[in-house]
Amino acid sequence: MSEKTKAHEMAEKQKEISISEFFTKNRHLLGFDNPTRALLMAVKEAVDNSLDACDEASILPELNIEIKKLSEERFIVIVEDNGPGILKANLPNVFGKLLYGSKFHRYRQSRGQQGIGISAVVLYSQLTTGKPIKVISRISEKRPAMYYELHIDTAKNEPKILKENEIEWKKAHGTKIEIELEGRYLKGKQSVDEYIKQVAIVNPHAQITYIDPDKEKINFSRATDKLPKLAEEIKPHPHGLELGTLMSMLAVTKARSVSGFFIGDFSRVGPTTAKEICDKAKVKADISPKTITRDQAEALLKAIKETKISAPSADSLSPIGAELLEKSLRKEFNAEYFVTTTRPAEVYRGFPFIIEAAIAFGGDLPKEEQVKLLRFANRVPLLYQQGACSVTESFTDTNWKPYGLEQKGANFPFGPAVVIVHISSVWVPFTSEAKEAVAHYPEIIKEIKLALQECGRKLGIYIRKHVRASEQRDKVDLFEKYIPELANSLYNLSGESKTKLEENLRKILKKNMKDILGEIEDGGEKDKS
Amino acid sequence: MAEKKIKADKALKDFGDEIVTQVNKGKNPELVFTLRGLSNIIFDQKARSLRLGDKTASRAFFNVAHTKKFLQTVEVASISKNLIKEEKHASLRDAFYQIKRTLPGTKINIVDEQTESDKAIEDLEVITGVSREQLHFNANKNGSIAGKVVILDKGDTIDWSKLGSGGWSIPSNVEDITFKKVNAKYILYMEKAAVWERLHEDKYWDKQNCIIVSSQGQTTRGIRRLLQRLSEEFNLPIYVLCDWDIYGAYIYSVIKYGSIALAHLGSKMTIPSVKYIGITGDDVIKYDLKKHLIKLDEKDTSRIKQVANYEWFKGNKDWQRQFKMFKELGGKVEIQALSARGISFISDKYLPDKIKNKEYLE
Repeated sequence: MSEKTKAHEMAEKQKEISISEFFTKNRHLLGFDNPTRALLMAVKEAVDNSLDACDEASILPELNIEIKKLSEERFIVIVEDNGPGILKANLPNVFGKLLYGSKFHRYRQSRGQQGIGISAVVLYSQLTTGKPIKVISRISEKRPAMYYELHIDTAKNEPKILKENEIEWKKAHGTKIEIELEGRYLKGKQSVDEYIKQVAIVNPHAQITYIDPDKEKINFSRATDKLPKLAEEIKPHPHGLELGTLMSMLAVTKARSVSGFFIGDFSRVGPTTAKEICDKAKVKADISPKTITRDQAEALLKAIKETKISAPSADSLSPIGAELLEKSLRKEFNAEYFVTTTRPAEVYRGFPFIIEAAIAFGGDLPKEEQVKLLRFANRVPLLYQQGACSVTESFTDTNWKPYGLEQKGANFPFGPAVVIVHISSVWVPFTSEAKEAVAHYPEIIKEIKLALQECGRKLGIYIRKHVRASEQRDKVDLFEKYIPELANSLYNLSGESKTKLEENLRKILKKNMKDILGEIEDGGEKDKS
Repeated sequence: MAEKKIKADKALKDFGDEIVTQVNKGKNPELVFTLRGLSNIIFDQKARSLRLGDKTASRAFFNVAHTKKFLQTVEVASISKNLIKEEKHASLRDAFYQIKRTLPGTKINIVDEQTESDKAIEDLEVITGVSREQLHFNANKNGSIAGKVVILDKGDTIDWSKLGSGGWSIPSNVEDITFKKVNAKYILYMEKAAVWERLHEDKYWDKQNCIIVSSQGQTTRGIRRLLQRLSEEFNLPIYVLCDWDIYGAYIYSVIKYGSIALAHLGSKMTIPSVKYIGITGDDVIKYDLKKHLIKLDEKDTSRIKQVANYEWFKGNKDWQRQFKMFKELGGKVEIQALSARGISFISDKYLPDKIKNKEYLE
């Protein structure tokens, strides 16, 4: 047929879209929807990478962050770390190729996850300024530092190296990146300043200096010299597994039998458990995983759910720890009472996670305002999409009234308090690639609530004691004001001396203080702990 | 008169001394008084009146929940003492303003509303056993009276038959009135001032040789005491004329047996011989008032149930029948509905017939 069909015509227009092109058109998905947020994203991605690299190399992080203002809309973001540096062979890809990374394919807690972050920043910089990014990296004193200028070839999703040369650098190891981009610098709740402050709270082992666009230098000193426990890589846990994941794992496994697959590719599964799962699913334990049909996979999944398997190891997680979190909070907030808690590890969809919560109360914190909620995921502050986050939901669903804070319905409570929730997991479920809101898994919500309740109960005890004491002082004051009034009327009725009556009434008040004030001693919720 | 004054004065002194004694003994001062309210109301079958039971409550000065009320009661006593000394009377409103002030150094008012000082005065009545009037506190005057009666009040001679269209307005305190001449066969009390005006215009009291008295709504203490004195001192029967609704029935009940709010006064103001002349459910049928029925609302229905269950109504067959008729007829009727039969139907026909035929409820 000579005539072109419509399908032919359409086929000509159909072509592969590179990831870079896709993100060029959909930058909001990555959090670059406005200039203010873009500036924050640049700092965030660079800082996350630096801290991850230091943790993995067991180096106490020292970060220098600087934002230079070129104009109201144009800035240079510089982030320099003392991390392990990046190999020459990998460096262009790390910054110049989207979805290139070491973190996507493994089960271990880290700040970044998908390998989109920093390359998306590079892409954004390129789109808004046309300028390349500048990177210096050095892996050892024995090797020279390397200097790069990079672009991304958006059609191919490949780095384009504009410059590559050795350079003199004072640091023995580390990485420094310099990104020019369009942005806007604002102060406040969702600012770069706030982000860095919160990073310091959840990374008490990091030393951070920050030079803001007004050239003011802020130091966040370490609260501890102890490195956080290095999170171990783990295999997935069978509980919470979904059918699609199970089937793709069955397809790619190197195991030769189904029971071998369960033992080898999952954590917490031994021969007995593997056999139990196969028996329950009526699947022969020794057949090849490749032969498992969809129905059999479904039966296996059902069997997994019915089988008791010990909880996943928390070794893959690195919570901050209650003690350190408190120390860190004391450094950042001038409050009078602190309470922190770290929950035991739990699982959602086969991923272990740990919830930590903390409350700072009183002191200089504003009394009449809403309680401030700070959300963190794997030591990364979440500043946007508060309303869409399961942490927020768990927080407002918690009844704070028994804990001494004012609250109307399921809303933010009021009072001089800051509440912190930190979720650590090998895979934090975010609602979008911008990684600002934690998805609503019931297991996660339950744990957050339990953590908040634990802290809340202790806060309640403190507030009751504290408030009770001041209430009692008020009562005594009040009685003392009533005494002259009563004495005056009684003098008129009986002729007894006013002074004598006042004296005697004061004596009675003093003598019976305990009984008189005792009436409210038992008020309030009794605490079990 | 002087005797009463000495009694009140002494009661107040005793009240003060009792508290002072406690204070000087180092005790948290307490006021003990008989509990008021429905839970401590007893219907005294013998005296045919409501009185308070034995339940007592105490109020301590050093108790956050009581301090203010304690002070209010003592202040009221102190004001009363001054009033008696100066031979002056204060209205309840005056008393409120005399106590009202802010506690120095606080934002607390010793009283915020008049109901608080009113209650304090009632508390003082209960504690001392001396009535509000004798403590020199007067309620607002309310009510009119007319008839062939001559009285002496504060040195003035007043003829109730010669006071024009308004009649004599009844003061809140009638203790010091002297009756010079009383020429009447009975007293007719009505809850509505408008009905009193109707009867007064028709010279009903002259034609029927009686006394007509009205209030507006609930019967005040002054009216009740006046009715009681006329009934006791001149042996006059009293007839009560109310709307045919449950509130009318309760107005009658208060005059006859006493009220729940003032049960502490016991039989001091009750008139057991009083009779209810109308309007009754039977009148509604007999005088063809059905078309003027006003539908009962939920409040009416529940109040009927409540009143029907009061001890003093429980065994009263005639009244239980009336309560049932509310339900059967499904409505209530105002006195003025009688005007549908002619403007003076009430004075020319309805009342004379009822009294002549002794058609009343007890």
